[in-house]
Amino acid sequence: MAFFLQMLVTGIVVGSVYALVALGFVLIYKSSDAINFAQGEFLLVGTYVCLTLITAYNIPFIAALFIALLFSAVLGFVIERIVLRPFIGEPVISMIMATIGLSSVLAGIVHIIWGHETRVFPKIFSEAPVRLGEVVVAPVYLWSLLIVVIMLVIFTVFFKYSKLGIAMRATADDQQAALSMGISVKAIFAVAWAIAAVVSAVGGILLGNINGVNASLSAIGLKVLPVAILGGLDSIPGAIIGGLIIGVIESMTGGYLDPLVGGGLKEVMPFVILVFILMFKPYGLFGKKEIERV
Amino acid sequence: MRNPFVMDCGEFHVNYKQDMAIWKITRVRMRVLILLALLAIFPLVASDYIIGLATLCGIAAIGAIGLNILTGFTGQISIGVGAFLGVGGYTSAILTAKLGLSFWIAMPIAGLITAIVGGLFGLPSLRLKGLYLAIATLAAQVIILFVISRWDSLTGGTAGMVLSRPEIGGFVFYSERSYFYLMFVILIITTLFSLNLFRSRVGRAFIAVRDRDIAAEVIGIDLFKYKVLAFIVSSFFVGIAGALLGHYTMIVSPELYSITVSIEYLAIILVGGLGSVFGSIYGAVFITLLPVFLRSGVEFLSGYFPGLSELFAGMKEVIFGLVIILFLIYEPQGLAKIWKNIKDYFRLWPFSY
Repeated sequence: MAFFLQMLVTGIVVGSVYALVALGFVLIYKSSDAINFAQGEFLLVGTYVCLTLITAYNIPFIAALFIALLFSAVLGFVIERIVLRPFIGEPVISMIMATIGLSSVLAGIVHIIWGHETRVFPKIFSEAPVRLGEVVVAPVYLWSLLIVVIMLVIFTVFFKYSKLGIAMRATADDQQAALSMGISVKAIFAVAWAIAAVVSAVGGILLGNINGVNASLSAIGLKVLPVAILGGLDSIPGAIIGGLIIGVIESMTGGYLDPLVGGGLKEVMPFVILVFILMFKPYGLFGKKEIERV
Repeated sequence: MRNPFVMDCGEFHVNYKQDMAIWKITRVRMRVLILLALLAIFPLVASDYIIGLATLCGIAAIGAIGLNILTGFTGQISIGVGAFLGVGGYTSAILTAKLGLSFWIAMPIAGLITAIVGGLFGLPSLRLKGLYLAIATLAAQVIILFVISRWDSLTGGTAGMVLSRPEIGGFVFYSERSYFYLMFVILIITTLFSLNLFRSRVGRAFIAVRDRDIAAEVIGIDLFKYKVLAFIVSSFFVGIAGALLGHYTMIVSPELYSITVSIEYLAIILVGGLGSVFGSIYGAVFITLLPVFLRSGVEFLSGYFPGLSELFAGMKEVIFGLVIILFLIYEPQGLAKIWKNIKDYFRLWPFSY
């Protein structure tokens, strides 16, 4: 039972980070119908910037975090403006390939600047494990969970009450109607990309604190796809619930099934679940069903 | 016969045979024949290194034509080509190395097995569209690679398997030159098949599905049948390419079929031209040779900028991504369209107004 709870807690923590990164993905899809295959590289760039600020310039963690987030936001803006703007309204394949190309460019730049070896964050959180009943948890996990929950609450409030958040929801709903109400759709797209870059950077920094930083961290960009699809591509609650489901499934598979098959099933399981769910619910658990007319 | 050196001012067909020809004008037919002849002669004069590169280009072209049938002509995006290449390569490896079958039987079977696997993963395509389908094929990629790398008893696990070169009647295709001809014949068959496919009912149905699948269904095209059929036909060629590649490099191992390969193939058909058979070939040549030229460029420049060669891996990724983005922005229809523009320019040259 203790093992089960341990796996459950790990799953929820990792899943909450997935949820955060998937939130960025869903946000972009919802507002501009674009699919971002470069999410993992956004995460990588933000994490490396934060790490470099801390280790090379000895900036305290909180300050470095905010500078890195600011940098990510600017990066998101610039990329939307230069690369993605020409693809608004283009077929899905153009969008997919454009962001795949973008991810290749970003990965290459990261590779050139920071190389391939794994780096570790200096210890920010204390290392003494916390006991919750039978379960032993590292403080970094609890902090991650706390930060993710705070971020998710901030975003929920942001979308519900702030003017910009309401404008973003309006754009997602109907671009033309939003335009006619005086909302600048282009500005909304830019903000969506900036937010996506910021949430990915937060996710990356949290994961970097848990596992160390190297180029393989960007694989999370692919892992977030099943999360976003499972919850439904255009549903923000879907992204959060999908993230938790995938995180728990992954950690349970890692705990119970991987010893039986010799490892590796953990990475594959989300995709297996994904295929099954798509067979029965083609638009994910909470996705909006598209009605097509000829 | 018309004078081949003057321009035609129209296509005038007087019988069905002329009307149904693939290349309708004598001049074009001659150009194609000359090109084929040049390609057939060139291994006799080129060095082994260049012939090897040409063989890799040709094999990539066969796979790319397969993918283009699915993505370019039928509009079903697939991010799982890498794994399907792997299925082809592994099937051929298992059949030849473990069961002792000859390559000539193993290669078509590899195509068929890949077609079946492709068809299976194409089943969700009826209900899934666009991005959702793309992710489902990504799932296929991940799942197939997992099975390949874990099924140790059959596939040799992560260590991979060693293959032998094909042989016929005591002649082994060991030299680069002989393997080039083997690839060349299969490439020609593949090209002719797909050119003809899109002049048939099935091919037209594929194109209708791509353009508007609901409208296609309304005019009586069985969507499920044709979408799965597109997956099957496409995977067959990808499987053949996988088998050819496996017997050429003489090794198959899981990391040779990663998602990077899938992306490379998508880049090939995108740079070459979606929905163009010849575009797939141009794209395959372009993307296969890109790192080669880049490397020689870097080697040349590293004389002036020492340390440049360490950055090569990163630069390769940056330039690969840039090529994709620039093609998408400036010529979304790819090299095939650029070639057509050049031809159109010279058709009216020097009075191009």
